[in-house]
Amino acid sequence: MTKRKTWLYAIPYGLWLALFVIAPVALIIYQSFFDLSHHLTISNYTTYFQSATYLKMTLNSVWVAFLITLFTILISYPTAYFLHHLKHRQFWLLLVILPTWINILLKAYAFIGIFSQAGLANQFLTFIGIGPQQILFTTASFIFVATYIQIPFMILPIFNALDDLNPAFINASKDLGASGWQTFHHIIFPLTLPGVKAGIQAVFIPSLSLFMLTRLIGGNKVITLGTAIEEHFLTTMNWGMGSTIGVILIVAMIIVMTLTGDQQSKGGTPR
Amino acid sequence: MTQPIITLHHVTKRYGDATILKNINLTLESGKFYTLLGPSGCGKTTILRTIAGFTDVSTGDVLFAGKRINDVPANKRNVNTVFQDYALFPHMTVAENVAFGLTLKKLPKKEIAKRVTQALQLVQLADYGDREISALSGGQQQRIAIARAIVMEPQVLLLDEPLSALDAKLRRQMQAELRDLQQRLGITFLFVTHDQEEALAMSDEIFVMNQGEVLQSGSPVDIYDEPINHFVADFIGESNILPGKMIADFEVAFGGHQFECADAGIPVNEPVEIVIRPEDLTLTDLAQAKLTVTIDAQLFRGDYYEITATDNLGNHWLIHSVNPTEDGERVGITFRPQDLHVMRFGEKEAEFDARLETYETEDDGHDEA
Repeated sequence: MTKRKTWLYAIPYGLWLALFVIAPVALIIYQSFFDLSHHLTISNYTTYFQSATYLKMTLNSVWVAFLITLFTILISYPTAYFLHHLKHRQFWLLLVILPTWINILLKAYAFIGIFSQAGLANQFLTFIGIGPQQILFTTASFIFVATYIQIPFMILPIFNALDDLNPAFINASKDLGASGWQTFHHIIFPLTLPGVKAGIQAVFIPSLSLFMLTRLIGGNKVITLGTAIEEHFLTTMNWGMGSTIGVILIVAMIIVMTLTGDQQSKGGTPR
Repeated sequence: MTQPIITLHHVTKRYGDATILKNINLTLESGKFYTLLGPSGCGKTTILRTIAGFTDVSTGDVLFAGKRINDVPANKRNVNTVFQDYALFPHMTVAENVAFGLTLKKLPKKEIAKRVTQALQLVQLADYGDREISALSGGQQQRIAIARAIVMEPQVLLLDEPLSALDAKLRRQMQAELRDLQQRLGITFLFVTHDQEEALAMSDEIFVMNQGEVLQSGSPVDIYDEPINHFVADFIGESNILPGKMIADFEVAFGGHQFECADAGIPVNEPVEIVIRPEDLTLTDLAQAKLTVTIDAQLFRGDYYEITATDNLGNHWLIHSVNPTEDGERVGITFRPQDLHVMRFGEKEAEFDARLETYETEDDGHDEA
């Protein structure tokens, strides 16, 4: 009786898993073995691994995603650390989370306005005597906006990790003679690393597949894996090749999850 | 008297409107085992934190070996702490935890290894260096926390309720070990607990605290035999506390009779409270009875019977007796004059001590056993 009931609760999740995880992944893998004329083949993979263009595009996409993740961490860790020490920290945190409620396209259009020839950024550059620059449609502006969009997803897990950190560890460290910096280096950072890793997972993979931003802000100068997939599905109609890159993206995801996953680290889970 | 190692001088601590510590004065000598004893929220842990350097005092001075250390940060103080939940670093092995403080001092690797081994031997966990913290039992974590603190060779070790998470049997074993360790190391221990049994068993001197004040300090025997007021008598051990009246020096009335007692220096006819410990009461036949009581109930406690009884005036009595009795039976109870302890209402420790001086000097026949 009870067993049967528990089983019923699993239905929504089971459906979710089947329809939105297993089926799409299976379809992508299936499609990736068909060429344009619907013949079963591995030519998509051979093309991908033999083409300098595809490999360079992938490397470039990984590099850009790496830079976005790196800048996100560099900004988010100090921010989360600072927020965590504030009195009404939940409120200040909310202000950081707030922009995530706004549609990404709206934010992208806002940045087009800010970065355009007559935009705020160029007005400022003119004002300080540098003169107007080409900001929009550069790799730098793409990384800037992508970092801005990803920051909340990095701050949140780091903030939570700091929140979970037992303050007695910090006292214990100081008690044993550690300075503030030594305490941070030896105790606080290692113990909040799981939060950073969770942040990397939440930022790196989505950054690999960002595609609207590449066009709106990056002016198609940056081709990410996501852009490539979109082009193949919607423009060149080469679903097989698009799926192959999709599989590459899934593999990249697995690699990142493995690298940042909870290895059976010594000492076990922090309390 | 040697130079005190720690002195708190008129220390107060306020958080907003709440006063956590009210004018605390205490002196710790080198090489003794001290205990701060009190119910939770009495400020005992706050005192520990002011000495460790985790909490600033609002007013007053904290002295270490005569030097004011109010403004010295925690990492520069020559005291170490064993935390209530041990606070062992979960991402380090046992040996790395114990070595942490020495590594920061940049001591040679060989010396660190030697001292870590010694510290682990001292807490009888010599083979545990490579273990993960999560692989240790509560009692083992406890020992590692102690090893991590004493490896620093502090002059004062602060222990914040370190035994509260252990089961009863292990706790008793650790009490003996801690006492033994303190005597071998010869350093000052300041131990915080709410467990009076723990305090009595281990300490050279106990500070009984309540609501941010030190009510009484003294040896375990002094505090047990001569509690200063109702709170201390009630908090330390079990006791019968009865209203009474002082008749003359060494004579007090309660329960409808007058009795010889061991207290003096109290004005005649002053209302007082009488403390009699349950183990000092002896059941006897009615002919020899100082008071007559009716037995209400008895519990077998293994090494004694815990008997509750009521006297003619309706006062409840708690008696510890080796021999059982019958429920509902009328029996006599008897006690010696020195088993009575008279407490004045609102007497401060200084006044109490001064009063004891006046009559305890000539005959030191006060019950010290």
